[in-house]
Amino acid sequence: MSFVRDALTIVAVCAGIFFFLAGSVGLLRFPDTLSRLHALTKADNLGLGLIVLGVMLQVEGLLAALKLGAVWLLIVLAGAVVTQLVAAAAYPEEPPP
Amino acid sequence: MILAIGFDAGLAALIIGLAFWTIAAREAFAAVVAFVSLGLLLALAWVRLAAPDVALTEAAIGGGVTGGMLIAAAARGRAAENLPMPETAALHLRLAAGAVAILATAGLSWVVLSLPEPAPTLAPSAAAYLALTGLENPVNAVLLAYRAIDTLLETIVLLIALLAVWSLSPDRFWGGRPGLPQRKDRNGVLVFLARLLPPIGVLVGIHLFWVGSVAPGGEFQSATVLAAMWIVAWMAGLANPPPIERRGLRLLVVVGPAVFLAIGLSGAITADAFLGYPPDHAKLLIIAIELPVTLTIAATLCLLVVGPPQREPQT
Repeated sequence: MSFVRDALTIVAVCAGIFFFLAGSVGLLRFPDTLSRLHALTKADNLGLGLIVLGVMLQVEGLLAALKLGAVWLLIVLAGAVVTQLVAAAAYPEEPPP
Repeated sequence: MILAIGFDAGLAALIIGLAFWTIAAREAFAAVVAFVSLGLLLALAWVRLAAPDVALTEAAIGGGVTGGMLIAAAARGRAAENLPMPETAALHLRLAAGAVAILATAGLSWVVLSLPEPAPTLAPSAAAYLALTGLENPVNAVLLAYRAIDTLLETIVLLIALLAVWSLSPDRFWGGRPGLPQRKDRNGVLVFLARLLPPIGVLVGIHLFWVGSVAPGGEFQSATVLAAMWIVAWMAGLANPPPIERRGLRLLVVVGPAVFLAIGLSGAITADAFLGYPPDHAKLLIIAIELPVTLTIAATLCLLVVGPPQREPQT
């Protein structure tokens, strides 16, 4: 059972690292602010989610796992808000919807 | 083991690289961004050194609140940055500055390299007398019992810093509301965050305060999180700082050091030492100090971020 759990953790964390890498490549390679933000937030939120999932399988107790999940949710929230603010700052001339 | 050493080496390299970037960045804003990242990486380094208390403080104050203040300062200085640069300093001045910097670095390196090995430690005696303080977290025992004088002075330093910021206000704004009125974010994203986050953040802040006696946490970390929640609401235009002439506000920024000092002085009678606690009531007295100190630090940090009064007292 612990073998299956370890294997799942390795797969999830590796997939998470892959998405982080993809997001970072996008940040460096994409031509404009909006697509860079897009690459960064989408890939990183997913990557972090996968890493959190992988680590959740390794911690003792439900409470610690829930805390990790809460950390992920808070980072997704902060990331989404900050991305919107950066985008609004990058395109100040856009009229409000 | 090799993995851990590789991680630590990478972390150290990143920290040194970012430290260089903080100095080398041309724009103040880029330097601030690098500084905030540096604070977060330093927090990670403290975690690796098994000092989660310091890590929490570094992340909250070094990365968070200081970063916020520096961003505000960089935004204010941005107009001046576009002015044509003055002539670069003369060669001999730059050489002298370089020599002083090298000398300081060499001196620091010498001090670090000549530290005795193993380092002298008071950890065993700190652990031995822990029970007398009624606390279970030795770091908090150092902060509020063994070296309470340092913490007392820190809270007073914060108050003096706030006075220094307030003293920058022009005469006609004295006593008015600090900071400029904030526009409500037209997209509503920040307003959304400012409505969603504070309940969670306030809970985390209270948790950090309460858990400080047994686990990493304590008044500074707790106060920073609480302050951050008010700052988010202020930035979103949902909260307005009170005028600095208001008595309640003034009371709030002095109540922490005042209670600390009063309990410390009463220790001279009840425990034969300034800032001493009678062992029977040590924990109760420490909490009685921590509570007002947390409120004062939170309020002071908010006011430090908002800045000096910039509005007439009546408005």
